[in-house]
Amino acid sequence: MSLDVTLQTDPGAISDDPVQEARRQIEICNACRYCEGYCSVFPAITRNKVFASGDITQLANLCHNCRGCYHACQYTAPHEFDLNLPKALGAARVDSWERFAWPSGLARLLQSHAAGLVVAIVLGIAAMILAIAALPGEGPGFYAWLGHGAMVAIFLPAFLLPLAAIAMGLRSYWHEVGGQAVTLHDLREAAISAGTMRNLSGGQGQGCNFEKGERYSNARRHVHQAIMYGFLLCFAATSVATVMHYLLDMPAPYGLFSLPKLLGIPGGLLLVAGCFGMIVLRGKADPGLGAPGRSGGENAFIWTLGLAGLTGLVLYALRGTALTGPLLALHLGLVLAFFLVTPYSKMAHGFYRMAALVREAQLRRLR
Amino acid sequence: MTDGLSRSLAGQTWDVVIAGGGNAALCAAIEAAEAGARVLILEGAPHAYRGGNSRHTRNFRCMHHGDLGPLVETYDEEEFWQDLLRVTRGETDEELARHAIRNSAECLPWMQAHGVRFQPSLAGTLSLDRTNAFFLGGGKALVNAYYLTAQDLGVTVAYDAQVSHVGIEGGRATHVIASIGGQIISIAGRAFVLASGGFQADIDWLARAWGPSARNFLIRGTPYNRGVLLRDMVDQGALTVGDPTQCHAVAIDGRAPKFDGGIVTRLDCVPFSIVVNRDGQRFHDEGEDVWPKRYAIWGRLVAEQPDQVAYSIIDSRSIDLFMPSVYPPITADTIPDLAGKLGLPVDAVADTIAGFNAACREGQFRPQELDGLATSGLTPAKTNWARAIEQPPFYAYSLRPGVTFTYLGLKVDRHARATGPEGPYENIWSAGEMMAGSILGQGYLAGFGMTIGTVFGRIAGQEAAAHVA
Repeated sequence: MSLDVTLQTDPGAISDDPVQEARRQIEICNACRYCEGYCSVFPAITRNKVFASGDITQLANLCHNCRGCYHACQYTAPHEFDLNLPKALGAARVDSWERFAWPSGLARLLQSHAAGLVVAIVLGIAAMILAIAALPGEGPGFYAWLGHGAMVAIFLPAFLLPLAAIAMGLRSYWHEVGGQAVTLHDLREAAISAGTMRNLSGGQGQGCNFEKGERYSNARRHVHQAIMYGFLLCFAATSVATVMHYLLDMPAPYGLFSLPKLLGIPGGLLLVAGCFGMIVLRGKADPGLGAPGRSGGENAFIWTLGLAGLTGLVLYALRGTALTGPLLALHLGLVLAFFLVTPYSKMAHGFYRMAALVREAQLRRLR
Repeated sequence: MTDGLSRSLAGQTWDVVIAGGGNAALCAAIEAAEAGARVLILEGAPHAYRGGNSRHTRNFRCMHHGDLGPLVETYDEEEFWQDLLRVTRGETDEELARHAIRNSAECLPWMQAHGVRFQPSLAGTLSLDRTNAFFLGGGKALVNAYYLTAQDLGVTVAYDAQVSHVGIEGGRATHVIASIGGQIISIAGRAFVLASGGFQADIDWLARAWGPSARNFLIRGTPYNRGVLLRDMVDQGALTVGDPTQCHAVAIDGRAPKFDGGIVTRLDCVPFSIVVNRDGQRFHDEGEDVWPKRYAIWGRLVAEQPDQVAYSIIDSRSIDLFMPSVYPPITADTIPDLAGKLGLPVDAVADTIAGFNAACREGQFRPQELDGLATSGLTPAKTNWARAIEQPPFYAYSLRPGVTFTYLGLKVDRHARATGPEGPYENIWSAGEMMAGSILGQGYLAGFGMTIGTVFGRIAGQEAAAHVA
């Protein structure tokens, strides 16, 4: 079998195109291979000698931006090869999300500018204020402000439509990277990788180089886990409540020792603590090693998620007071905005990252 | 460097002053600081390029009995010594060499305890998992770990600090002269460790030693190893070892940067190719042995060709047989087109390839082993992997000598103490490439430079600290 060497680039030809630039840097990495022990990206690189655009997209989404390779690299600036693989893969990664999103201009807008998300939040809150003012309440607890029927009417489409958009994006992703039929094994491997954030472990559990430069730290891994598990717990709380409402005829409000609250309160606390920690870490991290030009949008997304969690907790703490109505509008507005921007915000990374991990498990299995 | 910092460096007498900032210098600094000494590192490179050639290394050759860290099975003193004897052809000092080998075993855990991480041997490397411990992230990650450890121990580091002179009175050093950020200052100390590498980045010196053709050599490592301090010590009568005219060079991609191309400029296609010089003529058996055992010989062979350049030519059947090269091949559908693109005499190249193809015999081509598939009636012969170059597209890579290090070094004893005209200096030690010629007088053994640097760097640091204690 012959090799298509026309895909190979000149190592000195720095490119403005994110995919081409990532390819140039990956080829240099493949000739070096010193970083093989850090994460899944480098063993994946060694499986190829030349890289099609789909290969670059897959590697870019496999990269968790741990930055270990940057600090170990003998070819970073001022070397003429000017390697910055975390940045190059970051650029190719956001480029792929923005390409796969529909409409794609919206993704670019929301990921490039914090203001985009702020506008979405303001609109979300305004919509909830209007809904609460215009629609009659029906029942106890929060339903006195906004009826269950109205909530479902607003949030069911706000949840499902973005998911449909994400599904379309994932389909494009899977096609571009040449993905095959997924097995349970692939899903299990991917879930273990994500569940343990194996790719932020530095390869040996010492962690990554996010906020302390050349020193390793597990802080980012831990705050990311807090956000992820916090979010999943909140999501589980809502799902359980939905089941209780429809199947068990047990409508809200629920007491402190009910399943929705036992899942939701720790989930909210984890989410808030995680988002707070992530914002602190990002303040210390070198912005030059992340996706260029996306820092504002990413920070705005973390704020949205953290505030949604915080307002949910405050809402529960102040239930039955005069503040319930305004807080409910605030909280539901944030949640609404969060749902609606999911395909166009940093939230999309979770879906593409899982797809990349599934594909990586598949490639290892088929090898 | 601010004036204030320069003044503070110059305004005191340091316990241990270390010239150089690579592996050996750092090992010395850490040992001396742990013994309680106040240590100053004068690193000639700026922060981004700190670490000398250590930043390009990737493993550490280590004696061990049974599994040790990432190393498996056993690699004992005798086998290690025989490996060294083979590559140096006896150009070594047995006492110092065995001292380095014996001490290497306890170095590995010491390295781990001081921040170095190891990983299983890399994909595509010869099976080195018994002899060589690979650094997670390579040599720059090791250098970073040592700088962090040194910083935590209170070691002071000055970057852009090139030491040009050691002030010596009656066998005892008193100070060094250094240029720090363009300012010339004198820094006083009680003990001195010289670990500032060889002279391979001084092209003029190389040209004086080797001949004018050395101007066409590429330097694989740091541009900061210019041998300034080595020259100063030689001028002051320090005893040296190692052939002052020789350097270790391998054949690398001819398009590599002049300096610091490092590992990625490696080119592994030679055994599956024929190699012609500027005149389109072959000059050596390309299939003599597997490439890792021959790439050093090819550095010298290419250095002897006109303009110090050569071209490795393969056909489409061989393009996928070797580790990916960082430079794309020059490609053409016919041999004359390829020769034209390379700027070589078209007829000569076509004749050479036709002659080679005619000399190839039937037989099984087995790229993973010495297959004995040799040419018949061709001079020079190709003794393995001699398969006709006939299936387009055709590919070529240019080759040039890439210098790794020079052999000239300071003579040291087993305590790493350097030797002056009247015997060992009272308070000057040397470690790393700057004295490696004592042990490695010829050839090279993968990962052994780091062994010498670590063992003698640590000894130098311990001895210097003991001297001032």
